[in-house]
Amino acid sequence: MAVTHPRTLDDLPHGGFGMDPAGGGRGPGSRTPKRKRHESMSTWRWGDRIAYVMCWGAGLMLCAIAFAIVGYMAYRGVQYLKPELLWSHPSGEVDQSKSGGFLDPILGTMILTIVGIAIATPLAVAAAIWVVEYGRPAPLARAVESGIEVVAGTPDIVLAIFGLALFQHGLFGWMSFTAEGGAVFGRSFLTAGAMMSLIALPMVFGATREGLQSVPRHVREASYGLGKTKIATIRRVLLPAVRPNISTGAALGMGRIAGDTAIVVILLGATLRLESEGSIPGLDVLKGTGSTLTSYVYNNSPAGEGAAPEKAYAAAFVLLLLVVALNFAVDLIARRGAKTGLEGTRLGAGR
Amino acid sequence: MITEEQPPPIRKIVVDAPPTVAPAPPAGANGHGSNGYTSAGAASVARHDRGEPGPERMALQALSVFYGDNEAVKQVSLSIRLGEVLALIGPSGCGKTTLLRTLNRLTELTPGASRGGTILLDGTDVDDLEVTTLRRRVSMVFQQPNPFPMSIFDNVAYALREQARKRPGRGVVEPLVEDALRRAGLWDEVKDKLDAPALRLSGGQQQRLCIARAIATRPEVLLMDEPCSALDPRSTQVIEQLIGDLRKDLAIVIVTHNMQQARRVGDKVAFMYLGDLVEYGDAEQIFDAPQAQRTRDYVRGAFG
Repeated sequence: MAVTHPRTLDDLPHGGFGMDPAGGGRGPGSRTPKRKRHESMSTWRWGDRIAYVMCWGAGLMLCAIAFAIVGYMAYRGVQYLKPELLWSHPSGEVDQSKSGGFLDPILGTMILTIVGIAIATPLAVAAAIWVVEYGRPAPLARAVESGIEVVAGTPDIVLAIFGLALFQHGLFGWMSFTAEGGAVFGRSFLTAGAMMSLIALPMVFGATREGLQSVPRHVREASYGLGKTKIATIRRVLLPAVRPNISTGAALGMGRIAGDTAIVVILLGATLRLESEGSIPGLDVLKGTGSTLTSYVYNNSPAGEGAAPEKAYAAAFVLLLLVVALNFAVDLIARRGAKTGLEGTRLGAGR
Repeated sequence: MITEEQPPPIRKIVVDAPPTVAPAPPAGANGHGSNGYTSAGAASVARHDRGEPGPERMALQALSVFYGDNEAVKQVSLSIRLGEVLALIGPSGCGKTTLLRTLNRLTELTPGASRGGTILLDGTDVDDLEVTTLRRRVSMVFQQPNPFPMSIFDNVAYALREQARKRPGRGVVEPLVEDALRRAGLWDEVKDKLDAPALRLSGGQQQRLCIARAIATRPEVLLMDEPCSALDPRSTQVIEQLIGDLRKDLAIVIVTHNMQQARRVGDKVAFMYLGDLVEYGDAEQIFDAPQAQRTRDYVRGAFG
């Protein structure tokens, strides 16, 4: 676009920058007064013009939609959000002035996100390392990749139903509440987190795989060339190199977990408060049920039982803030990691 | 003043044009110091005086390397001596890099590669050595500066710390790291920022760090695969100087596309063409009085 006329060093002596009287010294684009820096549309085909305008339109429209969502949620949220909503427990009163806030859903969202990502990240990173660095036999590696793609494409409600069937088996009794007769409830932060990890896993896997593939081969060979084994190379060179990728994938995955509803409603019980189970501190919460902001919003929306739209708006706004804050936090961690060596540079940029 | 329809200037490389700079002195007129080349580093890199060649460190006996059915290196026999820089030259795809990578068995990582002939390191067949041991004794510097994503100190210490259950602490490796950085001529520039990330260094410094990393284990042979091709002339000069200093206690094999560089740093030069070792001899002899016609054409720039 900027290369509308050739300008070389040879031009300079008889018409250098700023020495051109007609150009008014407006820099490189001003060699002749009429010449514009942008190409004109007048020579374009009509189809190209329409496509060009539509591209602009699509971009601006998506921008507008995003701002509309955030703006509307902020407007509603600020309107209905009272500070005490953030630290009061919810209760099932019909009178909305007594039904409390959504402290428990906030905690529930955080616990579930942490459980889910804590399960997903090691699994996904290990799988990505195996696929990229070992990946033999090749058909098995392809099968692993398509398996993960299938998981990524499975609707969350299907995962939820499958999870419920799985975790109600006696084998997983330790993960949730077991009734007198031996029936396993199957709903807890642990079981929901395990299924949630499947939602986040493809994100982390994909990001880690991309990162590993972008590390040039000669970096690995440099490590082998120093007499290092493959496993030492992975641990000391490749894992540090892909740390920002892992963080990015984890951030995306956490966003997906925090935003998921179906698994919460089916596998977490969606109880208003955190209902602990068992007597071991810490584990009792994980074995117990609860709700998240998504299920709280659902229940309080006109579609749910609570029918308190103003609380739904407030909670939705908090959820939005939480996800944004989460992304910032992970990004910060990634940058901090980068200070020890990566700073986003591609290793050996020449490849 | 300015015509609107000015055609873009065209620069042509005129093949048979007379030299536009001062005529170069006849090649090799003053032996070691022939600096008629216009490469920026050339003027101030003096040739080092050659001592007597040291004992043989590596011996290649009828070495062949195959990629599938394609023979990339054909029956090459060479000897690599302590205190000597062996420069491998030749056009692209002639097998120089393959030969170099075979010396510490890096070609084994390429699927489909196989090898014939023997490589002896101090009389031991390299196939009988543990591959990690071999690579600590025959270490390598690559074309692209490729420090690892860790601190400067850790980059060198990484090479030093042997594959062991217990990692030696910082106190143990610190003097060795300092020694390696000093020998690579990098110590004075980085001694105050050893914990800074290595990727913050300039390209030339990164390459010297890679050299420090490679010589930290006190290898017998140092392999360099076009170590200067990604660097500016100033850094190239520093590294060439360094190669001259290092060869006192190492055998160095360097692959280069740059014939002036081969001449500046090489004691021995091996010219390869399509996998064959065409000619091997002293640097002066290869450049000034090549025996084979293909060598003559190549060093004159008739092809390549």
